[in-house]
Amino acid sequence: MEDLTYAYWLANIKGIGTKTIHQLYKYCGSAKAVWYLSGSELRKLYGITEESAARISHSKEGWDLDQEWDRLLARGISFVSLEQQCYPRRLREIYDPPYGLYYIGQLPPDEAPSVGIVGGRACSSYGKDIAKRAGKCLAGNGVSIISGMARGIDGFGHEGALDGGGKTYAVLGCGVNVVYPPEHAELYERIVAQGGILSEYPPDMPPRPGFFPMRNRIIAGLSDLLLIIEAKEKSGSLITADCALEQGKDIYAVPGQITDPLSAGCNRLIRQGAGILLSPEELVCELHLLPEKNKLPLEKSERLVYSCLDLLPKSMEKISEETALDIATLAEILFSLEEKGLVQETWQNHYISVN
Amino acid sequence: MYSIVTTAILHGIDSLPVSVEADVSDGLPIFEMVGFLASEVRESRERVRTALRNCGHQLPAKRITINLSPSNIKKSGNGFDLPITVAILAALGIVPEDALKDTLVIGEIGLNGAILAVEGVLPILLKAKELGIRRCIVPKDNHMEAALVEDLTIFPADHIRSVMDYFSGTKDPGEKLCLPIAPKVSEYLDFADVNGQRMLRRACEIAVSGMHNLLMVGPPGAGKTMVAKRIPGILPPMALAERMEVSKIYSVCGMLHASDGLMEHRPFRAPHHTISPQGLAGGGMVPKPGEVSLAHRGVLFLDELPEFQKSTLEILRQPMEDKKITISRVNGSFTYPADFLLVCAMNPCKCGYYPDRTRCRCANTSIRRYLERISQPLLDRIDLCAEAEPVTYRDLTGQEKGETSAQIRTRVLAAQEMQRTRYQKESWYFNSQIPVSKLSAYCVLGKKETAYMERMYEKLHLSARAYHKLIKLSRTIADLEQSEQITIRHLTEAVCYRSIDKKYWEV
Repeated sequence: MEDLTYAYWLANIKGIGTKTIHQLYKYCGSAKAVWYLSGSELRKLYGITEESAARISHSKEGWDLDQEWDRLLARGISFVSLEQQCYPRRLREIYDPPYGLYYIGQLPPDEAPSVGIVGGRACSSYGKDIAKRAGKCLAGNGVSIISGMARGIDGFGHEGALDGGGKTYAVLGCGVNVVYPPEHAELYERIVAQGGILSEYPPDMPPRPGFFPMRNRIIAGLSDLLLIIEAKEKSGSLITADCALEQGKDIYAVPGQITDPLSAGCNRLIRQGAGILLSPEELVCELHLLPEKNKLPLEKSERLVYSCLDLLPKSMEKISEETALDIATLAEILFSLEEKGLVQETWQNHYISVN
Repeated sequence: MYSIVTTAILHGIDSLPVSVEADVSDGLPIFEMVGFLASEVRESRERVRTALRNCGHQLPAKRITINLSPSNIKKSGNGFDLPITVAILAALGIVPEDALKDTLVIGEIGLNGAILAVEGVLPILLKAKELGIRRCIVPKDNHMEAALVEDLTIFPADHIRSVMDYFSGTKDPGEKLCLPIAPKVSEYLDFADVNGQRMLRRACEIAVSGMHNLLMVGPPGAGKTMVAKRIPGILPPMALAERMEVSKIYSVCGMLHASDGLMEHRPFRAPHHTISPQGLAGGGMVPKPGEVSLAHRGVLFLDELPEFQKSTLEILRQPMEDKKITISRVNGSFTYPADFLLVCAMNPCKCGYYPDRTRCRCANTSIRRYLERISQPLLDRIDLCAEAEPVTYRDLTGQEKGETSAQIRTRVLAAQEMQRTRYQKESWYFNSQIPVSKLSAYCVLGKKETAYMERMYEKLHLSARAYHKLIKLSRTIADLEQSEQITIRHLTEAVCYRSIDKKYWEV
């Protein structure tokens, strides 16, 4: 708690960039240690300019640690820094994680898989539909959807996730309390309620063109996998894709017609070796969302039945054929699996496995 | 001179004795026939006159009066020609009067004196035997059928002359006809021919064991009809009384192939969906048995259920409750037995492929409209609903050989035996017939089972009727396992066959 107040100060020194903060953090190990460095000590540090040192010393004047922190909390905004355990694991692992992260709502949980859905602001109804479906299907299966709340694909990805009753997180290129674009005010409220708004920029910061590429690296960083829908040949989404590639994440693109300029970027990604999204359901399977089947405490016959089920509804006839169990036994096993919450009857006598 | 000859007419699947009286007296030459005659019987006069003349017996110029009694019953049918001829010959003294004692005569004649086959010989002779008749003269073509009735002396006649010879004692009835021994080889189609379709096969087994009516839902070409045709083969073999009963119905319709003996196989009737209500229930001036009666003790298969006219299907309600059907016409009311296992088949939607949305292009409204064609009261009387899956290549090439009908029948017999013992003191035989009031007495659920059903009741939004059906069904499933106690295992399986309802089709 106390550490957070120092961290919050460090992240808010005027004129000090991410790079400098990182260096300071690296040398000192914590924001608290930076706070107690004297001006002369600061100047001796490698890479810290005279100017920066002066700014840091200057910033301590008139900064009441607790008061500033309380003021932030009073606005409903939370803050987390690299020093805290709850800082998103995935983001911590990238090359240049933001030192501090402001958020409203929640942070994406480390244990749930996450998928970034990004794409062009201008999109066709095809892109809109796919974005919504992918968001809905993935979120409905417990995947966190990460995006940028921009117009177009980003917004529809969020919307789909919200409709699917899942979690979704928006990373903004402005302060977390700034609604940009303004027409997404309603979406903003829904995301707060069903996920969270994140930003590395301090509250009240208006959006600037330079912020967005930086924001994209966070989107890529928070995602296990990046899904790109309708990106043009020169699209911001491709920056996100580059970031994801640098971070070693998988990239999936939704193919479009070759004559369609809206999908040109996506198609090029596919040519360069990105995965192709055939259906959101398939993607869910590829994320290995199913629990490891052998670890469940199941009887032999139960495991036999459970292992032949997946996310596509399968009829009892088919299951019986594959397992060579008679219908009476199968009905009993399916019931006990349903009791354990491992399978679900989607319509009469058709079952899927659930996580 | 006066003479009297005994014959009979059909009444439903039974028969009533009719006396044919002939009187030949002096007076104006006239041939008069009375006794509430249908036109085909009235026409008999011309046939008899001509046939006798062609056999060398010119009718004398006398007053001939024929009376068919009792006179309050309408006489119809083609069997009166021969008794009338014999009565006239007796009245003329050509046939000795006392030869006609305890003798029943039946047959149609042609103008050349040949005797032609008639319908319903079996029920008529059975009744005659009851009434103490010892000899019967029947058309030669009906000989086999007549021979099915034991302890009667049968004279098969092919011509008026041979009848006359028989009565004058110059011709004996000949060797007693040896009935063909019932064919050992079963003519039923075998379930072993059906590849895959485990669910459907199991559903059939349960349906037959407890005599539950069955509905099969599936895409075209899945093998619904193929399976249905094999159901009679897993029903228990018919007892003698049942065979006689079924044979009588077929005899009345002129459909008894007597050369094979009594009906050996359970009937399988699959009327086309364009059938009229009369065709299904039975009808005509003098009502003939309809499909429901022809399916008596067997299977009535209604393929393409939604295509049947609603008014036609409504007919089924009475026979399904009462196991018989009563048809009222001007000529009286007739009751035919109609105790059958109803098996229906339908597609889930107009194109047949729902819920496979890659192939089914039906709009939701069109699917709903398709289903609304089936009457709810009929669905209420169907306990079992099973889905048929499209046949896969693997099924087709038949790596997995299914059980034979004989194996399935063994289990069915055991399950039915259990029911027979249980319901000894009751008025019904099968689980499907348990009245609701006795349900709790015969289908006891344990604590765990009650809790399960309570949950299913909520989850599946069951109606009281659907709940009762599930309980009866699980009783049968338990019986198939020779278990007196209904367990969760039996209930879970029963739930798989719960009746389709409108919800099933909603995505």
